Amino acid sequence: MTLSIVLVVSAALFCIGLLAALSRRHAIFILIGIEMMLAAANINFIAFWRFAPQPAPPTGVMIAIFAIAIAAAEAAVGLAMVIAVYRHFRTTDVDQLNRLKG
Amino acid sequence: MNLWITNNVWLIPATPIVAALLILGFGKRARLVAAVVAALGQVVALTMSIFAFLPTLHAHGFRVVENFTWFSFGDQAQRIGFVLDPLAAAMLLMITFVGLCIFVFSVGYMGEDKNFSRFFAYLSFFSGAMLGVVVANSLLLLFVFWELVGLASYLLIGFWIERPSAATAAKKAFVTTRIGDMGFFLGILWLYHKSGTLLFYDGGRGCLENVAVLGATATFIALLIFCGAVGKSGQFPLHVWLPDAMEGPTPVSALIHAATMVAAGVFLVARVYPIFSVGAINGITPSLTVVVWIGVVTGLMAALIAVAQCDIKRILAYSTVSQLGLMMVSLGVGGVAAGIMHLLAHGFFKALLFLGAGSAIHGLHHEQDIRKMGGLRKLMPITFATYAIGMMALSGVPFVFSGGWTKEEILQTTSHWPASRAPYYLLMFGVVLTALYMTRQIIYVFFGNRRAASEQAHESPGVMTLPLIVLAACAIALSIVLTPAWPWLEDYLTGHAAKFDASLLIQLTLLVSLVLVGIGVVLGVWMYRRAGETDPLQTKQPALFRFLENKMWIDEIYDRTVIAFSALIARLSDWLDRNVWDGLVRGIGAIGQLLAALTTDADEGVINAGVDETTDGARGFGRVMSRLHSGQIQIYLGALALGMLALLLFYAWLA
Repeated sequence: MTLSIVLVVSAALFCIGLLAALSRRHAIFILIGIEMMLAAANINFIAFWRFAPQPAPPTGVMIAIFAIAIAAAEAAVGLAMVIAVYRHFRTTDVDQLNRLKG
Repeated sequence: MNLWITNNVWLIPATPIVAALLILGFGKRARLVAAVVAALGQVVALTMSIFAFLPTLHAHGFRVVENFTWFSFGDQAQRIGFVLDPLAAAMLLMITFVGLCIFVFSVGYMGEDKNFSRFFAYLSFFSGAMLGVVVANSLLLLFVFWELVGLASYLLIGFWIERPSAATAAKKAFVTTRIGDMGFFLGILWLYHKSGTLLFYDGGRGCLENVAVLGATATFIALLIFCGAVGKSGQFPLHVWLPDAMEGPTPVSALIHAATMVAAGVFLVARVYPIFSVGAINGITPSLTVVVWIGVVTGLMAALIAVAQCDIKRILAYSTVSQLGLMMVSLGVGGVAAGIMHLLAHGFFKALLFLGAGSAIHGLHHEQDIRKMGGLRKLMPITFATYAIGMMALSGVPFVFSGGWTKEEILQTTSHWPASRAPYYLLMFGVVLTALYMTRQIIYVFFGNRRAASEQAHESPGVMTLPLIVLAACAIALSIVLTPAWPWLEDYLTGHAAKFDASLLIQLTLLVSLVLVGIGVVLGVWMYRRAGETDPLQTKQPALFRFLENKMWIDEIYDRTVIAFSALIARLSDWLDRNVWDGLVRGIGAIGQLLAALTTDADEGVINAGVDETTDGARGFGRVMSRLHSGQIQIYLGALALGMLALLLFYAWLA
């Protein structure tokens, strides 16, 4: 297993997440896509730390753990907002949520 | 003996004025309080006047002066003050005493009026203002009180404000006297310019004590001051307001005609007499000659008009004008004391006559036409008796009536006037006329058959008849100090010691005046013995009667000349204002508008357009930018992704 394979997997995961975030209409699926892009980024942090010359301080792991914690908080806020948006507009279709258009 | 009051004479005018303010403060409903306060103010003023009068008896040439600085500007100080001398003291007594009688009478006469308390406030104010005129020791202060008298008369003549005729009469009185006051004021200014002070007496520096510095201008100053007296005392040609002033309530007429207002003019001439007599040769100066002739014309004209009047109060009004003319003649020929004596005596019996007329009017339920009266002798015995005394005093019946002695005194002084004998003969004719019209009035009102208005007549209540009795008693009692045998009042005024000399009692002029009054009364009785609803003079001499009844058309002449002229001027000014001045203003306005139009174009075309262009650009740019904000979150997200891709490619290209 080399660094290149891990980076390819991570890039693929990022592209899948980006595609999901751009193409899905449902707000929750967009959130899932964003989570997938975050996961791809975490994989990169871990991979670059794992394939660096050892012994190295566990910086990559630390950043990944922080990112996961922040992603959890972000997911909670995002879901709460989706629920609030649904209660207000009776829909979660982001195409119809265009009140802020110019 | 120097009482405290002699140094504080200002308290005498102040008391009624304070009373007036108090009454106004108490409001409309405090009717009893109003009457009591007004009468009390008058009683206090009367008491103080008596105490002020007492010391003047003991010293001849008594004069107490209290001066103080009113205000100063630069190095000039305007000083005013109060003076107490025999002239002022006698006037104070007369005004407060007659005033008190009129106040008491008013309680009955105005009993039903809804503005009872306001009436008493004005009455008190009137009396206070007149007392101020009397004690003023500065021509300026005198002028201030003089104008207050004018104001009070305006308020009282127009007291029944809901009557248009009363409002008009008040206005007429105010404006007419103002014409005279204009001259008076110019006289004051000229006097101040010449003498540097307006104080009458100032320890040798007053304007009356140094009349010599005036020189030849004294004549003009005196004549200007006399203008004021002509206006206030109803002398020809400014007498027209006085008969119209009858629109006021009768007690007001009594106050105006007896104690205040008209007395002010005569008093003024007497007060500033030294200015009139500067440079007198044989007792004649040009200004005094004018005074004499104005007096003669007024006296005779008013007496003639009085013969043909039918309103009981109007007859008395013209008799006042005529008597004032008599006083002016007396002052003019040098008989200052005689004039003032007649003024004092006249104050008592004219108040009596007016209040008597008021009593008759009250008894007849406000009927004033003497042709509708008649036979009141039996119905109103007290009014009749007192009125008859007043009538005889006015006509100048000698021996027991005060008016007889003073009139005789005036005739005697006039007969010695060196300039001309004409005023003497004209005055004698005036005396006959006075007796004639008073006889006519008394026959119409009290004798003969009862006519339309006298059916429900009744005697007035005690509060009204008591002042009549008191005044009638005074009209008789006053003659004790007026006889030539013991001319106490004259000597008091001129500052000599009175001597008793019984041999002077019967003089030629006494017989002359007796004959004159006799002619008048007999003529009156003969002419009006069968007087009915129409006047006998009217049937015999209709043209003459009409001429006199219409007051010699003087009002109409004024209407056609002076008033028409000022109306013409007013119309001309109006036209000028509308067409010339207004046009000018509009022209300037149009220029301004033109300029405004030009600047509008500049503003719109240049400045605004520039600003508009800028804002249009900003708005268009904003529109373009706002179109980018589609509100579609995924488009934003796509843009972010593209941007990131572009960055990546850029870095790849750099590397």
